[in-house]
Amino acid sequence: MNLAARLKPFNTPLTLVAVVLVIALLTQLVGISLLTRIVTVMFVSIILVLGLQLYMGNSGILNFAHIGFMGIGAYTAVLFSMTPEAKVLTNSDLYLFLVPLHLPFLPSLLIGGLVAALFAALISYPLMRLSDAAAVITSFALLVIIHVVLLHWDRVSNGPRTLFGVDNYTTLWVSVVFAVITIFVVYFFKESRIGLRLRASRDDRYAAASIGINMVVMRWLAFIVSAFIAGVGGGLWAHFITSFTPYSFYLNETFVVLAMLVIGGPYSVSGAVVGTLLVTATREVLRGIENQVNIMQIFPEGFFGFTEVVLAVVLILILIYRPTGIMGNRELRWPRRRNQAAPAETTEPEG
Amino acid sequence: MINLEFIINTLSLGSLYAMLALGLVIVYGILRLVNFAYGELVMVGGYTMYLATFYTPLPWLGVAVLAVLAAMLTSLFTELVAFRPVREKSLTAMLITSFAVSTLLQNGALLIISPRARAVTLPQIFQTSVMIAGTSVPWRNILIILTCILTLTVLTLLLRRTVLGIALRAAADNFTMTRMLGVPANTVISTAFAISGIMAGIVSIFWIGRSASVTPTIGAAPLLVAFVATVIGGMRSLTGAVVGGFVYAIIISLLGVILPPGLVEFREAFMFAIVIIILVFRPEGLIRSKSSEERVG
Repeated sequence: MNLAARLKPFNTPLTLVAVVLVIALLTQLVGISLLTRIVTVMFVSIILVLGLQLYMGNSGILNFAHIGFMGIGAYTAVLFSMTPEAKVLTNSDLYLFLVPLHLPFLPSLLIGGLVAALFAALISYPLMRLSDAAAVITSFALLVIIHVVLLHWDRVSNGPRTLFGVDNYTTLWVSVVFAVITIFVVYFFKESRIGLRLRASRDDRYAAASIGINMVVMRWLAFIVSAFIAGVGGGLWAHFITSFTPYSFYLNETFVVLAMLVIGGPYSVSGAVVGTLLVTATREVLRGIENQVNIMQIFPEGFFGFTEVVLAVVLILILIYRPTGIMGNRELRWPRRRNQAAPAETTEPEG
Repeated sequence: MINLEFIINTLSLGSLYAMLALGLVIVYGILRLVNFAYGELVMVGGYTMYLATFYTPLPWLGVAVLAVLAAMLTSLFTELVAFRPVREKSLTAMLITSFAVSTLLQNGALLIISPRARAVTLPQIFQTSVMIAGTSVPWRNILIILTCILTLTVLTLLLRRTVLGIALRAAADNFTMTRMLGVPANTVISTAFAISGIMAGIVSIFWIGRSASVTPTIGAAPLLVAFVATVIGGMRSLTGAVVGGFVYAIIISLLGVILPPGLVEFREAFMFAIVIIILVFRPEGLIRSKSSEERVG
């Protein structure tokens, strides 16, 4: 077996990693701090959208609770990474036993992910039996519950007030490292035994059941992994943005993440990445226009909501004309197969 | 604690919620679509009232009719341009579309009107109370109950006595079969969306009447109420929606009384926990319909 053949299963993830690395290197070279900020948030978004793809793409079930798990991860990670002094400063009502907890960034991040995953594991098993509308409403209910609890549990989350004073640990390259890891995890989950069984049950429930696939357990495992990724993504986001409220993890963010995944293509790992790149770029351009109009003061009441309106229209158009998203069922591949599978540059997807 | 005032308040709250739930279920019954944009119809009604009182000399009743009409037209319009093209594709596509429509309408209001709240002028009757058996009852609450009775009567007659109404009920039971018998799908679905819009419009009058102002995000709360009420009552039955609305009002009022003060603010979380429990253990809700939700395992 030569090298090319051996690297073949890694073609898609390596291609995606190459895309991420090229963007990161270019950003580093350009060195404008605004661009660095945008790209860092984009890589965190890639992690979140990939996490959503892992469950939604493989199981075919719409999940609204994803951003809720992001919120759990963010608040948990911050509780561990902040110094006791900073914690008391931002939330004087904090439970006393939570005050002395203090760990480095990386363990905090992992604990955030684990708590999100644990919560998902504990509550979601019975929910995995539901399909269609019932599944959607329960995941939506889950999002509302997490939001209400974060909003009112003052002694942990600082309630509706802004939680501030988080250290900025998430640099461009930290987000790159985690995005790369997530790409591998999500891609190989899709190709794993669990992923294959889950996709089989998505495509034909009865055929899958007849060959002994336990659909509920497969869905459950995917949901837990997905929640873990969301939790870690939330922690990364929190340590980039450094101050936030429970409203950061609610419907607006849910809409953005869903738009990214659906526009890119929910059934493909590459779709999640491509969708995030395209939507981030579009959003930044639209936001730029919005800010410019606001600076020029054309409208007395300000010019808000333009970005979301355009994004919503694009999303509806995609659903009408290309319901499986830009990528459909395909994955990005380095086109020349006999070449070495560590490409320096990649092709843009068509359409 | 539980006196006449409590009962009338709960009844009026239940009437409002019943109408809300009915508007959501009538579309769900036929399309299996949980319409996330439903709350925004209430917002459209509110902004219509604001614009109409500001720019037209219409009396208040005329303004209210305009609000209902606007909500109905918006509902019909969203069905035509957004839901109809994705209808045949997949349920997930339709659900995401409704989420997108919701965001679109909300931010449209933000863009066109203002992020700030707009005051809506209300007639005198909304601020006055009447004495019944020694307790002061706001006229608004009595009006809600009367409107609900009237609306439900008209709707029941419509659904039982007219051809379209019968077709609508048949479609809710078995849409494929109904279409095979020659009932045009588009007409039935449009009618359902129209009724849904009318319900949201009627609710908007009273919903806005509580705060006397309207904001772009005002639709979120009624949407959540409608979700819970329909799940409690049973997603497939119109009677269930009405029952669910009243049960929701009773539970939420009782929770306000029973729960210790520190937990009252978690009421919504409790309500949605109930939703999850019902969907897992009794997906058909209180009122059983002919077929229940699909589930696996």
